[in-house]
Amino acid sequence: MDTPGSAEQMQDDEPKDIAERPQWDNQVQYLLTCIGFTVGLGSVWRFPYLCQTYGGGAFLIPYAIGLVFAGLPLLHIELAIGQRLRMGSIGVWNSISPYMGGLGVASLAVSFLVSLFYNMIIAWILWYLFHSFQSPLPWRDCPINLNHTGYVSECEKASAVNYFWYRETLNITPNIETSGSFQWWLVLCLATAWCLVYICFIRGIETIGKVIYVTVSFPYLVLTIFLIKSLTLPGATDGLIYLFTPDWETLKNPDVWLDACTQIFFSMCLGFGGLIAFSSYSVQKNNCERDALIVGFMNTFTSIYASIPIFAILGFKANENLNKCRNWNILRLTNSFNIGDENITLGNYDDWFNYFNNTDPSEVESLNLKTCNLQTFLDESASGTGLAFIVFTEAVIHMLGSQVWAVLFFIMLFSLGLSSMFGNLEGILTPLLDLNIIPAWIPKEVLTGLICLTSFTVALVFTLGSGNYWLGIFNNYVGSMPLLIIAFFEIISVVYIYGINRFNDDIEWMTGRRPNIYWQATWRFISPLMLLVVFVAYVVVAAEKRPTYNAWNPDYVNFPLADVQPYPEWVYAICVLLSVLPIVSIPLVAFYRFMGFLKKYIMNRNNPNPYQSESFHGEL
Amino acid sequence: MEDVVFLLLCVSSAAAQLCAPDASNGYKVRLSILAALGDEAYLWNDSEMFLFRAALAFAMRTADGQNYDVSNVLVCDETPRVSFWFVVTSPLNPTQLVERRQVEEAVRKSRNRINSAFLLTDKTLEFLGIPPTLAAPAPPSPPPWLIVFGVVMGAAGAGIVLVLVTSVMQKRRKKKEEQTGIDEVEEESRAEENGTASDGVYNLSFSDNDRLTQM
Repeated sequence: MDTPGSAEQMQDDEPKDIAERPQWDNQVQYLLTCIGFTVGLGSVWRFPYLCQTYGGGAFLIPYAIGLVFAGLPLLHIELAIGQRLRMGSIGVWNSISPYMGGLGVASLAVSFLVSLFYNMIIAWILWYLFHSFQSPLPWRDCPINLNHTGYVSECEKASAVNYFWYRETLNITPNIETSGSFQWWLVLCLATAWCLVYICFIRGIETIGKVIYVTVSFPYLVLTIFLIKSLTLPGATDGLIYLFTPDWETLKNPDVWLDACTQIFFSMCLGFGGLIAFSSYSVQKNNCERDALIVGFMNTFTSIYASIPIFAILGFKANENLNKCRNWNILRLTNSFNIGDENITLGNYDDWFNYFNNTDPSEVESLNLKTCNLQTFLDESASGTGLAFIVFTEAVIHMLGSQVWAVLFFIMLFSLGLSSMFGNLEGILTPLLDLNIIPAWIPKEVLTGLICLTSFTVALVFTLGSGNYWLGIFNNYVGSMPLLIIAFFEIISVVYIYGINRFNDDIEWMTGRRPNIYWQATWRFISPLMLLVVFVAYVVVAAEKRPTYNAWNPDYVNFPLADVQPYPEWVYAICVLLSVLPIVSIPLVAFYRFMGFLKKYIMNRNNPNPYQSESFHGEL
Repeated sequence: MEDVVFLLLCVSSAAAQLCAPDASNGYKVRLSILAALGDEAYLWNDSEMFLFRAALAFAMRTADGQNYDVSNVLVCDETPRVSFWFVVTSPLNPTQLVERRQVEEAVRKSRNRINSAFLLTDKTLEFLGIPPTLAAPAPPSPPPWLIVFGVVMGAAGAGIVLVLVTSVMQKRRKKKEEQTGIDEVEEESRAEENGTASDGVYNLSFSDNDRLTQM
């Protein structure tokens, strides 16, 4: 690949580039696409969970620090590099140094592996969306058993919502070794998901740019609607207080800092190559610094904005569960002591309880009344698929017009996931196009179709009975450690191999302003150091304990609690393979190029070229 | 007179012995009228109890065929909860109780009628020990989700075909334009070669390119 020349030389190459390389219709499209890529499902279902687990408002401090010292600098680098060199991830890193070409291959591999399981989540969202058009919602009631005397026992022990997710949607096997069969309904949903993605992605950014206006603005609309609705629900304030009450003690726990940094990092989608691909289609004279700040700010704002309705709704659900618990106690007391029904209300419950406890304590003992504590219900938090498909669906049942809220919610999740998929797929498509290994006679539509078809076929493994367990593995091992390594090498390559001064010159040429002291300090020292620390901490924490997973086993003694199982040996080997495979290309490519360089050097030494004389320089 | 009184006492004591809480062939019934009807709740009194006994007699008649009467249904242990125990005696022999299973069958068969008589449901008129016959699940005519799936998939398929066809047409149009463009250029150059005297042809060899040549 040609080495990057000075800015003027690149300018001469521009007219030819512009004729061949697609471009965004306008800068708004480009910004919206970047925002859509970074604002994904994690903003809605991971950030609120972390906020709640790590002391509410206090979590924002490590989060802000991670954003300022690791997230924004890396974001700026990726956007600037792509814009400057106008190539996808493989081309960019090859240009900076042939030894660093492996970085691009690693980004490509990670983007491919992540898009496999990410679209499976979108398939699940579509499944729930399709089922939201029924009255009553199918996850409200347990199905009736065969002899019509009661409900299916698995459903009675767990709840109807859990049963619908684990049995009717996933048909999950009791452990990861049992693979089960392909669930045809999930295959259909996966096919739908890939078809919908294909339509939008069919001609690369030309079609993505049109769709993005809808898929990025719609979630904000729905979030606002939910915000207004959720604040009117009873118990919403309990949830919000619970979310935002800062617990400063948690800041002493190193896990908080680690989780904050990783959340910032993964939610900004750094290291996928998608951002580099998007910015490579932008005009060169564009203020990438402002873009990086806008994208970073919107990502954080959306996360916080989404947590408000989520927690208001969780507070409402906790309130509903509390009332259900107390009403159960009331009914027990009423039936046991045979007083008129509706005599005991939520209000005078305590008086009645004390009365009965004084007159007949043994009877009250035998009733096994539950202790109904709002805190325990608020603590029933969940993240990820648990939040969307179990907790939220349960809350929606109690709201008036459940179908409307369910449909809105799942379409919002679908839009969020779809716009993130675009980034993942562009991280695959653009490097492939830049590598020039695709023969020119294959039209782009066929290439994108082939990518979608291949991904669909490989992702069929997630439609097995054990698919959810495999998805958890992919999520934990592919979408985490390799990204940290890739990002670390990215920043080292740009700052020390490409040269920070050259990079500063480029940015000055593109934006008209030299990056200020904040960028210099973070790029040179703070961000690489922080990445290294986070990576080491991550590995240490992960290596400490034998990795386990939560299995859904109806035969488990403590069912419906999760059956915590360790991974079997062969699965653990696959986990390690998934973490190592994407990043193994970095040393491999460097080694390969070094071998090539050595070969040339040795050849020149042994067969000196008589025409290549070093004593005569320059006049010819 | 004393005989009649004695007989009545015997019957009532016999009845009392036949119906008792935890009787082996009896069932406990629990009504939650206020919970079910709220403001429109009726008061539970002897007339309502009479209706219950009549309804149960009706259920026994429907199931059994024998001529059960209100007097065959004995009730005891009434509480303010509105809960009580009942047993059913055979119409042929007032001292003999009907088997538990037969009573259960009869109640299950006519459960709906009994519920409607009191404007209650399975949950608010409970027969403890008799599980409600839950409504059979709806027949799986095309499940609604498949319909939505079909619509979405159809739209997606149509969209893909549309985009592919438009891109093929665009390529053909571009190729045709290029072809006509080349033809036009050829025509123009030919026209230039045979240009009219007034137009003339710009001869490049006599251009003022003083930069290149220094003569």
